[in-house]
Amino acid sequence: MTVSRYDLTHSTVIESDHQTVEVALEQLRGHVSDAAFTGDTMLLNMGPQHPSTHGVLRLLLELDGENIVSCIPDVGFLHTGIEKNMEAKTWEKALVMTDRVDYLNPLANNLAYCLAIEKLCELDVPERAQVIRVIIAELQRLNSHLVWLGTHILDLGATSVFLYCLREREYILDLFEMVSGQRMMGSYIRPGGVWRDLTDEFLPALKKFLSYISKKVDDYELLLNENPLFKDRTQNIGVIPADYAIAWGLTGPSLRGSGVNFDIRKAMPYSGYDRFDFNVPIGKHGDIYDRYMCRIAEMRESNLIIQQAIKALPGGLFRSNNRKYVPPPRAELGTSMEAVIHHFKLWTEGFKPPVGEVYARIESPRGELAFYLVSDGSPKPYRVHMRTPSFVNMQILMTIAKGYLIADLVGIIGSVDIVLGDCDR
Amino acid sequence: MEEGGFGMGVTSKLGDMGVVTTTLEQAINWGRTRAMWPMLFGLACCAIEMMATQASHYDASRFGMELMRASPRQSDLMIVAGRVSRKMAPVLRRLYDQMPSPKWVIAMGDCASCGGVFNNYAILQGVDEIVPVDVYVAGCPPRPEQLINGFMMLHEKVMKSKVADWSK
Amino acid sequence: MALANLLKERFPQAVTEISEFRGDVTAVVDRKAIVDVCAYCHDTPGFEFNLLSDICGIDYLPNAPRFGIAYVMYSLPCNQTLRLKVFVPEEDPTVPTVTGVWPSANWPEREVWDMFGITFDGHPDMRRILLPFDWTGHPLRKDYPLGYEEVQFSFNHERIQAKKPSPKE
Repeated sequence: MTVSRYDLTHSTVIESDHQTVEVALEQLRGHVSDAAFTGDTMLLNMGPQHPSTHGVLRLLLELDGENIVSCIPDVGFLHTGIEKNMEAKTWEKALVMTDRVDYLNPLANNLAYCLAIEKLCELDVPERAQVIRVIIAELQRLNSHLVWLGTHILDLGATSVFLYCLREREYILDLFEMVSGQRMMGSYIRPGGVWRDLTDEFLPALKKFLSYISKKVDDYELLLNENPLFKDRTQNIGVIPADYAIAWGLTGPSLRGSGVNFDIRKAMPYSGYDRFDFNVPIGKHGDIYDRYMCRIAEMRESNLIIQQAIKALPGGLFRSNNRKYVPPPRAELGTSMEAVIHHFKLWTEGFKPPVGEVYARIESPRGELAFYLVSDGSPKPYRVHMRTPSFVNMQILMTIAKGYLIADLVGIIGSVDIVLGDCDR
Repeated sequence: MEEGGFGMGVTSKLGDMGVVTTTLEQAINWGRTRAMWPMLFGLACCAIEMMATQASHYDASRFGMELMRASPRQSDLMIVAGRVSRKMAPVLRRLYDQMPSPKWVIAMGDCASCGGVFNNYAILQGVDEIVPVDVYVAGCPPRPEQLINGFMMLHEKVMKSKVADWSK
Repeated sequence: MALANLLKERFPQAVTEISEFRGDVTAVVDRKAIVDVCAYCHDTPGFEFNLLSDICGIDYLPNAPRFGIAYVMYSLPCNQTLRLKVFVPEEDPTVPTVTGVWPSANWPEREVWDMFGITFDGHPDMRRILLPFDWTGHPLRKDYPLGYEEVQFSFNHERIQAKKPSPKE
């Protein structure tokens, strides 16, 4: 057997180096058990394209029959070079790229980036913008959990839940379209506030949606919670003990399912979350079932938070007035000379934050999403690092999958809730 | 379906009895378009919109795309949905080669068509660098209606194609 | 701030500089002693930094030392966060690994190797993670080009089209 390179355009095989099986296998020594070298166990490639709709993840599995002996994840098939690309754009234009990192909750990525910029520039955010940001972030959480639920249960075999969840999601996407003009990738949250004020039709549609979604979550629980098939496939499978989870850097519902009470919205509140009254669901056993229950309960809590936020929505500005960082509204350009100058400077050159390094974190539906910004005073970012939850959470697959069947592995991957755009950036 | 028949009188008479006449080419193309099976090739954000097109609100099964086949051997349409990185490119080409012909490719989204927002070292500037593309669907991500427009454009293209092209 | 001062008292040679910016405290640590400092932060009561949030590599070209690595840690029992920074020179880009203290440093350190070329001594699995295995170069260094394709307008359309790869079949 030769390991050879594949010419992309001619679809022919280029012989690069004639590696034998032994040489190729030698590279795996230390990662797989010794039984693989004698042929007692089988190496299976769960390749980058597979029916589990989690994106392009490659898992190299060492199998003893159907039991998994070791599991090596191979990521990087979606590496987009976003961090380097952001260094070539100005601070505000780079915001557009942050949407595409974790594409199941794009507006929350914007929020994390804007919180980091506001921390760096000491930019004030008006109260109305903070409450709007909370509403949008919680709607994103609902959106992401609905897709998670649909795809996770689809992997476990029930296709109808997928269709139900995506149907609910259409209402949320309509709400985002009302507010930002785009279903996904809204780039709605900007440094200093939000892009534009809520339209008149948004709040009534939102209230109607909230009453609708609570009944639907009841339906999902009715369908799945006591379902013996579901319980057989999820209880006592993929158990992650609490201290193990913390040592491996797990955050988010996967950590809370193991019994650790850590939610950034409570521990280090941002954007006015300390004003709202909500519970953080905690699991007990750390198996797939507990993580599922945590996320379902989080959907209900998001519902409560949005209801409180609607009642607490004040009037006022929707974006900061600090003209050094925020462009003026177009109506002002006709009357004020300073507005024209600010508009010109901000759109041609971009704003110049002070020199320094900041780290700002939010609670995304997957875990701790944070931005580490390094600024050297120029209009372009010097270094943007995204601490994405899926990248750190996925490490646990190396060890937690041992001893289970392949069928369980599909459930475990789904329950850790990874998104490959988030992992590879 | 009756165009190209020998005379309108014959076909309309036969049509009353439940018989239609057509050319073989049209019949084959009709069969190919009405039951095109897409291969699951969702890579990134466009995959989520592809899933939304598949779901109940914008139903893709009315185009015959009820199932997304995971195996390339059983599919004839590859919808490249999402950004293709340099690490993924050989995999994509290999999957394209494993599909039996006739096969078509829809480049869904800006990243698959031209590299999109990302113009850098890690992303292929358009999937047409490695596979021949039939329909480009623009958008970031394209709305399900835009993707359905892409499907219908592909149907038009296939209806006009000749059987001789595939059997060279 | 108090924590960083305690750290400096315990490791007077290793901790060289303490600063605070926008509420975040940063302690600059000598790279040879990073494992001891991290182990101290992890185990000592009062510190108990058991969650490693992030490892971020930064390229300060043309300043010397060229690279910096920031370790952001969080303590679950005490609800506090601290940042340690290590400066790495270009001639000898190696740092001891902290995977012994926090196993979750495994993949972030691989990413720093992949993007910057800084090796971590003692790491169980020093391989590329985000880029293909046979890639040369370390993209996030400042002297690595962005690799972008020139935008095609009508005046340079033919010239760029001739160089664009396209499949033969």
